[in-house]
Amino acid sequence: MTQIFSLDRREFLRKSAAGSAGLVIGLYLPGKYEALAGLPPKAGAALNAWVAIAPDDTVTLQIDKAEMGQGISTALAMILAEELDLDWKKIKTEFAPAAPEYFNPIFGMQGTGGSCSIRGSWEPLAKAGAAAREMLVATAAKRWAVAVEECHTENSAVVHTASGKRLGHGALVEEAAKLPVPVNPKRKEVKDYVYIGKATKRRDSAIKVNGKAEFGIDVRRPEMLHAVVARCPVFGGKVKSFDGSKAKAVRGVINVVQISDGVAVVADNTWTAMEGRRALEITWDEGPNAKNSSEAIRKLYHERVEQAGAIARKEGDADAALTTAAKKVDAVYEVPFLAHATMEPMNCTADVRADGCDVYAPTQFQTVNQLTAAKVAGLKPEQVRIHTTYLGGGFGRRAEEDFIVEAVEVSKAMGAPVQVTYSREDDIQSDYYRPAVLVKLTGGLDGSGNVAAWKSRIVGPSIMSRFFPGSVKNGLDDSSVEGIATLKYGVPNFFVDYVLTEPGVPVGFWRSVGCSHNGYIAECFVDEMAKAAGKDPVEFRRTLLAKEPRPLGVVNLAAEKAGWGKPLPAGRYRGIAMVESFGSFVAEVAEISLDRKGGTVQVHKVVAAVDCGRHVNPETIRAQIEGGIIYGLTAALKGEITIANGRVEQSNFNDYQVVRINEAPPVEVHIVESNDGPGGIGEPGTPPIAPAVCNAIFSATGKPVRRLPIKAEDLA
Amino acid sequence: MAITFTLNGESKTVDTDPQMPLLWVLRDTLNMTGTKFGCGMALCGACTVHINGQASRSCITPISSVAGKKITTIEGLSADASHPVQKAWIEEDVPQCGYCQSGQIMSAVALLAKTPHPSDAEIDDFMSGNICRCGTYQRIRKAIHRAAALQAAK
Repeated sequence: MTQIFSLDRREFLRKSAAGSAGLVIGLYLPGKYEALAGLPPKAGAALNAWVAIAPDDTVTLQIDKAEMGQGISTALAMILAEELDLDWKKIKTEFAPAAPEYFNPIFGMQGTGGSCSIRGSWEPLAKAGAAAREMLVATAAKRWAVAVEECHTENSAVVHTASGKRLGHGALVEEAAKLPVPVNPKRKEVKDYVYIGKATKRRDSAIKVNGKAEFGIDVRRPEMLHAVVARCPVFGGKVKSFDGSKAKAVRGVINVVQISDGVAVVADNTWTAMEGRRALEITWDEGPNAKNSSEAIRKLYHERVEQAGAIARKEGDADAALTTAAKKVDAVYEVPFLAHATMEPMNCTADVRADGCDVYAPTQFQTVNQLTAAKVAGLKPEQVRIHTTYLGGGFGRRAEEDFIVEAVEVSKAMGAPVQVTYSREDDIQSDYYRPAVLVKLTGGLDGSGNVAAWKSRIVGPSIMSRFFPGSVKNGLDDSSVEGIATLKYGVPNFFVDYVLTEPGVPVGFWRSVGCSHNGYIAECFVDEMAKAAGKDPVEFRRTLLAKEPRPLGVVNLAAEKAGWGKPLPAGRYRGIAMVESFGSFVAEVAEISLDRKGGTVQVHKVVAAVDCGRHVNPETIRAQIEGGIIYGLTAALKGEITIANGRVEQSNFNDYQVVRINEAPPVEVHIVESNDGPGGIGEPGTPPIAPAVCNAIFSATGKPVRRLPIKAEDLA
Repeated sequence: MAITFTLNGESKTVDTDPQMPLLWVLRDTLNMTGTKFGCGMALCGACTVHINGQASRSCITPISSVAGKKITTIEGLSADASHPVQKAWIEEDVPQCGYCQSGQIMSAVALLAKTPHPSDAEIDDFMSGNICRCGTYQRIRKAIHRAAALQAAK
């Protein structure tokens, strides 16, 4: 996503006393769910809440982001620990409630996505830490009657350097809170960093290896009921009529209730609700998509690609340059719909009462959840408390609202806390899918084999026209064209347009969004042009990136570390791809072999080079690139959602297969040391792997792979 | 129907539909939520527990079939994440979202009980029933080797 950074939109540093609990700097201590539920509705919203310091020196940091595996609670703790000189063992973290204080400065709402957690939180959090540090030092200096310059901080204490006298933060905090908050606190210098930039182990591993981490599906409330929902198998369809009598006859089923999405079966446990749903009789009004199919969608895309679209980028005159080009390369690329398939199936727990509502959810989008839940429950937003749990994977799926709406509706109907759980089949068949896309490209080479013109037309649905309708202007959705319209290759005549096409299948954010398809398409097309020009793919990219040091840097680094150009064992091939996304540059080299007879490709090794600018935790970067590659490899090798008779044909991990450990290549990650502004890391590892693998196949077979997933016929 | 079994060393009796899968008895009846629901069809391994020492998919195991048997779940491995496999998982920084890791760990413990020093190929073979969408596989491989060393050093 194209994002505009505005870190000054919030005033981050306010303070407030927290009663007798010690002091608080920008403090708010929601504590446990019960404590939070007991607060007056606006108690949180009035405060600005990152850091609380208790008399025992324990610092509680509010994590305003969803922890969905990207290690954000560890990284944010490192940022705070750095500026406050904290003892790592004295830090606690809690997930923040939905409140304006936690609005993501990039979205203007509280949410996690677009690989912007560090980009959005680094400055405000570091500033909050630095301000708190100055207040603590001033308090200690006053108590000792010395100048603040004579003091330093270390290990959660202020120290008078000459005498060695020390006072823990907890002993200072009550008095420090009475001081005015410094507006421009002095920040620590990079050379003095002890946490930032050092590989640091995740803080949440212990509770993730003993079963104690609480995911949404693990929420248990007193008197809580369990529900599953029967939804129309055709997108947009509705309940015509239903008979719940057989479902109610199943022992343990408590009720059957119609909601806007379908019919919910409520029981005293999840399995019984599922058994009840099997006995449910529903007649659906399947609506206008009843006859939809993948073939029909493909036909539609092929028709639409002949029409002019909204112009996403225009430099020079691509058409004119193509008419005079020495050589032309034409290609049409296609990718399918993809499900997210988070390991934790979708779920939400809601407790709607006359005077308020609590929502316990593995969610990426608290602000919207709060507004939506309020609307559905018939309450004011401030009467709705959103409790964010750990997320068993997000990948964009949990930025949606459907699971929240269902739980609130069922809880309201039942007058009890209800947990709605999706079966894996529900999860695969009721997703907001990664868009299926078709792109037509024409490239023109001059007599020396340089790219003189690039023309491409992108056909596909728009995520933003549903999600943030205001952001789509004149039929142009930036998230649909990113990865092609944003290419940094030096091409004098460049044209990209976009034909927004509605396929009758709901689409949503899927790890790396537009770059998940456009990165694949652009990078495979670059290799096609390199071949037409008679040039090595790395050399070809070096020429195209001559004026772009950051992407050039990762191409060079990945090529060097992978031994590009050096001989390979017989039957092994390499492919490279480089994609910029979310402010970071990632190049990957895949080493493969083919079993042409068996129709399979094996990926033996991946070498990745990453330039994500200034960074906090290199261990997290490695983990995210490793994982992003595996996620993208599933899309390259296996992922495909198809539609027949308006229905998703896949249902579970038997027919929507994913990469398993026996197919997972070792990944080597090399990080560029950089002082550029921080880039994202949750998504950028994903886009380059499919084109790197496909380019390796291209080098083996001489045939470009223009459609994902890779099929046996691509390897012949 | 009343069914009695041993769960993490304690005797438990539940009165429920004999067809109800062990997974849901653990999660919804006993509130032992460390064992995860992932697919309901023994395809992903998130629900892996040990039944009489064997790694088993609790999502397709009717509760009636475990009467009189000994069940170990992730909660029963150690009180304080001190089992060698848990320690190795922490040291290799394996978890990302963490949702599948209960099942991965239960599978890894079963593998090491049978094969104290598995090769990469043996790990891949045994662990291929456990899906991780975060893609922590190479760290799982490393952690299993580390756990093997930790166990040998004990």
